[in-house]
Amino acid sequence: MSAAAAKSADVTPPLAPSALFRFAQEFAESKIALAGLVVLSIVVLIAIFAPFISPTNPNDLLQLTILDNRLPPGTTGSRGVHYLLGTDGQGRDMLSAIFYGLRTSLTVSISSGLIAVAIGTMIGLIAAYFGGRVETLVMRVVDIQLSFPTILIALLLLAFLGQGVGKIIVALIIVQWAYYARTVRAAALVEMQKEYIEAAQGLQLGHLRILLRHLLPNCLPPLIVVATIQSAHAIALEATLSFLGLGLPPTEPSLGLLIANGFVFILSGRYWISFFPGIALLITIVSINLLGDQLRNVLNPRLQK
Amino acid sequence: MSAFILRRLMQAGVAILIVTLIVFFGVSVIGNPVDILVSPDCNQACHAQAVAALGLDKPLFQQYLIFLWNVLHGRLGTSYVLGATAVDLIVQRLPATLELAFSAMALSISIGIPLGLWAGLRPDAMIGKSIMAGSILGFSLPTFWVGTMFIILFSVELGWLPPTGRGPTVPFFGIPVSFLTLEGLSHLALPALNLALFNISLVIRLTQAGVREVLLMDYIKFAYAKGLTGRRVILVHVLKNVLIPVVTVTGLELGNLIAFAVVTETIFAWPGMGKLIIDSIQVLDRPVIVAYLMITVTMFVIINLIVDIVYSLLDPRIRYQRSAG
Repeated sequence: MSAAAAKSADVTPPLAPSALFRFAQEFAESKIALAGLVVLSIVVLIAIFAPFISPTNPNDLLQLTILDNRLPPGTTGSRGVHYLLGTDGQGRDMLSAIFYGLRTSLTVSISSGLIAVAIGTMIGLIAAYFGGRVETLVMRVVDIQLSFPTILIALLLLAFLGQGVGKIIVALIIVQWAYYARTVRAAALVEMQKEYIEAAQGLQLGHLRILLRHLLPNCLPPLIVVATIQSAHAIALEATLSFLGLGLPPTEPSLGLLIANGFVFILSGRYWISFFPGIALLITIVSINLLGDQLRNVLNPRLQK
Repeated sequence: MSAFILRRLMQAGVAILIVTLIVFFGVSVIGNPVDILVSPDCNQACHAQAVAALGLDKPLFQQYLIFLWNVLHGRLGTSYVLGATAVDLIVQRLPATLELAFSAMALSISIGIPLGLWAGLRPDAMIGKSIMAGSILGFSLPTFWVGTMFIILFSVELGWLPPTGRGPTVPFFGIPVSFLTLEGLSHLALPALNLALFNISLVIRLTQAGVREVLLMDYIKFAYAKGLTGRRVILVHVLKNVLIPVVTVTGLELGNLIAFAVVTETIFAWPGMGKLIIDSIQVLDRPVIVAYLMITVTMFVIINLIVDIVYSLLDPRIRYQRSAG
C-alpha cells in the first residue's frame, strides 16, 4: 500500500497527498499494527455476519442436541454435524457460540462506547469552553470517579440497577464517560489558547458553531486514541461482569458468559468450553491494543518528526 | 504542610459523603427493599407496617440523615441471608482479601522489577523483546480467563496446586493468614499470581522505560568513568533512580488489587470479601452490598489520601500546585 502510494506520488508530484492519506501511510509503517488492523477487521466481519457463517445457530434451542453435549473438539455429533471446537454443556457448537458471542460482546461494548464518547466529549468541550463553576464541578466529579477502579463502579451500578442488556450498557457508559470528558477537556484547553478560536469569536459565530465546527475537530486525535484503548477495556470489563454473573442474560451469551459456562466443567478436564471463547476474546483485545499503540504514535504531535 | 493535609482531609470527607449519598439513593430510591422483605400475600396494613418499621415513611432527607448516623456508628444492618451483621461479615473476610492483595503486590515487584531491568538493559536482544511482548500479553489477557486456565493447567492437568479455597490458616498477630504454612502457600500461589498478572506487566513496562531513560543520564556515564563496576552502577545508580516511580505506582495499585480481587476470589473460591459481594449482589442482600461499598470506598479514599500526603512530603512543589489550582 505504501509502495503504491509512493509510486503515484512520483507520477504526479504537484499533487500533495491528503492528510488522511499521509495518516494511513504513517500508520502502515508498523507492520504489527497493520496485522492488528487486519485481524480486528476479520473479527468485526465475523461478528457482523455471524448468522451466515456459523455452522449452527447456538441460540436456537430447536437446533441443539443434548446428546451431543460436552463433545471434545473435532468430533462429529449424532446428527452428522462436525464440531470443530467441540460442544458445551447443552450441546451447542462452540464455534457458532463464539461467533454469536463475539457479536453480542462487540455490540454491547461498541454501542456503550459510542454513547460514552458523545456524552464525554460534549461535557469536556463545554467545561473547557465556558470554564468557571461548570468546569470546576465537572472536573471534580471526573476526578472523584476516576480515583475509583472501574470494576468497583460497575459493581456499584449493577448492584442497584439489576441485570439486563440495557442496564449493562448504562453501567458501561457511566464507567467510561469520565475518561473522554477528561481527554477532550485537556485537548480543548490547549486549542482554546490558539488564535483561530479567538478569530472565530471575533467573527461572532455562535457558541455551538465554534464548539462543534472549530474546537471539536481539533480535539479529535487524542480522543481517537483514548477511544480505541478504552474499547478494549470495555470489552474486557463486559466479559468480566458477564463471567461474574452480573452482566448479560444467558439467552444470548457473550464471550464472558461462554467462559463462565465452561467454568463448571474445568475440574473434569473439559478445557475447550472455556478455552476457545477466551482465545477469541484475547485476539480481539490484543489487536485493538496494537492498533491503539500505533494510533498513539502517529497522532501524538510530540512524537512527530 | 498542615494546611495542605487539612484541605486533603476535607476533600476526602466530601468524597465519602458523596458516596454515602449515591449508595443511599441507590438503595432506597432505585430499589425498594420492602418488596423483597414482605411476603407476597401481605395486605395493605402489614405493608404499611413494614414501611414504618424500616423508617421509609419519613421524608427522604430525614431518612438520609438516619442512614448517615447509622453509617457513622457502624450500623449497616443485618444480612438477609447469612444472619450476621453486615459489618461483621465484611470484617471477617477482610484479612483473606488483604492477604491476597499484598501477596499479589509482592509478586508484581519481585517478578516485574528484575524482568523490567533485564529488558531495559538489553532492549534489542531476543530476551528483552520477548519480555516486552509478554508484558503486552499480560495487559490484554482477561484476568478471569487466565485464572480459569491456571486451574486447568496447574490443578487439573499437572496436579501441582489446589484449585480452590484458602487452606488451613494460622493466626499471625491474631489475624488468620495462610502464607505461613506450606499448605496455605500452595493455596495462595495461583490466586496471587492471577491477581498480580496485570501489575507484573505494568511494573515491567515502567522499569524498562525508566532504565532506558536513566542509562542516558550524565551521572551514569560519570559513574562508569569513575571506574565503578557495571554491577554496582546498575544495582545502585540505575535501580535506585528507577525504583521511586515504580514503587509509587505499585502502592497506588493496591486499591485496584483489592477491587479486582472480586474476580480472582470468585474463580478460586477464595473466602474474601470480593466473593461475598458477588454472592450478595446475586441474592440482593442489600445490607451486605451497602457495607461492602462503604468500607471499600473508605479504604480507597484513605489510600489515596496517604499517597497524596507522601507525595507532597517527597516533592514540595505539589503542595503549591494544589493550593494554586
